Amino acid sequence: MTPRPEDLLIPRREGLYCPPGDFFIDPVRGVDRALVTHGHADHARAGHGHVLATAETLDIMAIRYGADHAGATQPAGLGKEIRIKDVTVTFHPAGHVLGSAQIAVERNGLRIVASGDYKPRPDPTCATFEPVACDVFITEATFALPVFRHPDAGGEIQRLLRSVSRNPDRAHLVGVYSLGKAQRVIRLIRDAGYDKPLYIHGALQKLCDYYESQGIALGDLRPATVESSVKGGFAGAIVLGPPSAFGEKWARRFPDPLISFASGWMQVRARARQRGVELPLVISDHADWDELAETITAVAPGEVWVTHGREEALVRWCEMQGIAAKPLHLVGYEDEGD
Amino acid sequence: MNRFADLLDMLAFTPSRNAKLALLQDHFRTVPDPERGYALAAIARDLDIPAVKPAQLRELISARMDAELFGYSYDYVGDLAETIALAWPEKGTARAGRNDAPGLAEVVETLQASSRRDGPKLVEDWLDRLDAPGRYALLKLVTGGFRMGLSGRLIKQALAGFGRVDVNEIEELWHGLEAPYAELFAWLDGSGEKPVNAAAAPFRPVMLSHAIDAGDFDKLDPQDFTAEWKWDGIRVQATSERGVNRLYTRTGDDISAAFPDLVDAIAFDGALDGELLVARPGGDGVETGSFSDLQQRLNRKTVTAKQLCDHPAFFRAYDILQDGLYDLRPKPFLERRARLESFVAGLDPARFDCSAMLDFNTWDELAALRADPPFAVIEGVMIKRKLSPYLPGRPKGEWYKWKRDPFLIDAVLMYAQRGHGKRSGYYSDYTFGVWRDPGELVPVGKAYFGFTDEELLQIDKYVRENTIERFGPVRSVRAGPDKGLVFEVAFEGINRSTRHKSGVAMRFPRISRLRWDKPPGEADRLETLERMIDGAE
Repeated sequence: MTPRPEDLLIPRREGLYCPPGDFFIDPVRGVDRALVTHGHADHARAGHGHVLATAETLDIMAIRYGADHAGATQPAGLGKEIRIKDVTVTFHPAGHVLGSAQIAVERNGLRIVASGDYKPRPDPTCATFEPVACDVFITEATFALPVFRHPDAGGEIQRLLRSVSRNPDRAHLVGVYSLGKAQRVIRLIRDAGYDKPLYIHGALQKLCDYYESQGIALGDLRPATVESSVKGGFAGAIVLGPPSAFGEKWARRFPDPLISFASGWMQVRARARQRGVELPLVISDHADWDELAETITAVAPGEVWVTHGREEALVRWCEMQGIAAKPLHLVGYEDEGD
Repeated sequence: MNRFADLLDMLAFTPSRNAKLALLQDHFRTVPDPERGYALAAIARDLDIPAVKPAQLRELISARMDAELFGYSYDYVGDLAETIALAWPEKGTARAGRNDAPGLAEVVETLQASSRRDGPKLVEDWLDRLDAPGRYALLKLVTGGFRMGLSGRLIKQALAGFGRVDVNEIEELWHGLEAPYAELFAWLDGSGEKPVNAAAAPFRPVMLSHAIDAGDFDKLDPQDFTAEWKWDGIRVQATSERGVNRLYTRTGDDISAAFPDLVDAIAFDGALDGELLVARPGGDGVETGSFSDLQQRLNRKTVTAKQLCDHPAFFRAYDILQDGLYDLRPKPFLERRARLESFVAGLDPARFDCSAMLDFNTWDELAALRADPPFAVIEGVMIKRKLSPYLPGRPKGEWYKWKRDPFLIDAVLMYAQRGHGKRSGYYSDYTFGVWRDPGELVPVGKAYFGFTDEELLQIDKYVRENTIERFGPVRSVRAGPDKGLVFEVAFEGINRSTRHKSGVAMRFPRISRLRWDKPPGEADRLETLERMIDGAE
């Protein structure tokens, strides 16, 4: 009898569950055994009995939640087969943030790839996404609308640097999520030849240190504290912090700040305006519409399951290509990574 | 097209006026002719090109992508031009591998030289050759859909700053110039002579007044001044020359098209300064409508027969600047005034009259008149020096306005929004409400000034400590009968509004006092505001 994919992975309230392996992928609440694709808080939670993830993801969870975030942890090497009961799982790079992985789950010749969040385009701060042949491909749909076509990130950084040189009296406050986006934006700024100090909000410090320890050079980073401010108090400086900090008292130390935000959501003008963003930078760690389509074409799965985001548009696209597809209703995933 | 697209984007996201001026000037400095001139025309809405209709754009996109996918996209983005710009498929279009994106000048000149029917075909070809920001700029250009929040005045100030000339010089010239404004830019660049104003019926920069302070009266001799009512309409200039009639706002925007009833009645050769009102002659003189009557006629490109009949436009003359060949502006006010009276006597009384002069000998007598105006549509008195020439701008010591006291209400803070620029870290924009039913506050207005820096700190602290919900940059603040912050709000006028949930709209609301002492339950009720409207009508 050919195994049915629904017997291998099935959505439950806690997350995606594998009955024959008795584990969850990215469970949103504490479970006995969890496989975690990457360190963003909506995928990686504290309080599991046992966590299997890449070494980097485990390090990031320890930084965020403390070393005792799980009963036990087990690092998964990329491309290495791991046996869990009579299921084989393999982690493959997802290109989303440092340590991010897709998880291939295989049993009796049926392979499902849960890709987590992913982006196919190169990113200097993490391993590049690899398409993995499979029977069922589970894809995210964060930016699954034809209007989302992320421009070249380097070009967006040029827009930032032009704005900095045009506004020498203002501090540029660039909103970045603390894991992944922050380090990627910093690395891209360095790649553009900007070698002055960059100032960071305290919430970014530990993860930037961790990226450095993993060999990703971020240059001269300084805390954005009042004491560290140069003469003129941050005029002309680039400051990075979580966007939530910009409404806080923290933001008052900057002279006439210019609010920027690096996110795929900045593609849509109304979203940028709602957030009071003056310089929207369209930089995303997710696949855009064209990349979702290209990835599905490259993976060439028998069936596509679509989760978190705009499922209906991607399901529609699959139908038009003659690819079987259905939405997979998982709850609890937000857009922390973008 | 890309530099123009960049400019549009940056103008749209930049809240500060000074930063907008800097962006415009930077564009004028770095972009060559005729590109910069067309950009100026597009932003100033001075560009006459055959428009492409939204339905035609929908046809273009439906030939390129699945209707269902387009539908999802449009639902999400909410703006047709933006959705098409972002979703236009790039794979396999001419853009791939070619680098021949059309410039703004090419787009404008091609459209101007072609027929309305060719529009969609041209647009389709350009959409294939542009990137997303370029497509957005193109679509906004051909649909005439710029809503940039830039006033004509701001654009002229940007030009003045760029060329280091007085803004009045730009205003005077503006209506004689045509896109792409090569002559104007040559002058501002310093490479050409100042253009000669060739337009008939040009705009003449207006003279403005200062608000009078209580301390000013001791220094001013009432014998040196005249006074008249300050009418609550909009300040305009009616002018005619060589058979061309025009009506301008005080910033030089030509609003003739919206007031054909009045413009047709400009049967004179000259230029008058006055107030635009809705009014018609009745039994006891002219019956003047309220500002909200006038609003029925404002901000319209065209006007219906019913609007013309129900809300006739009327010009109440304050001053005369030009009579035939004579420029009267250097003459003293009293001399101009005498000329004005005889001039207006020859005009259609259904459309023109003279603002009445007030009879007073002392400032106290004038104060008594101001305290009890004969019509609700009067918003104070104007005080003018008898010898003042008509000077453009806001010269000191010549004209004063003495407005009636503002309306005051007590309202409760409901929402606070994070400010921009220097106020980024502060909740500085406030939405306030009054009581409708017991326990129900209804928002009636927004204010973001009127308080001191010290008070801003106090309000900000209150907002942070009493937040009940957050939506992006907005916080909802605790506001109930026993707990909440009461503002005394001052405003200049109040109208009915169908756009606001409360049914009322205030003019120039600002925070006049913080009422920490006042229990929110004792703030004003919506009926109080409705009665204020009734009183004004």
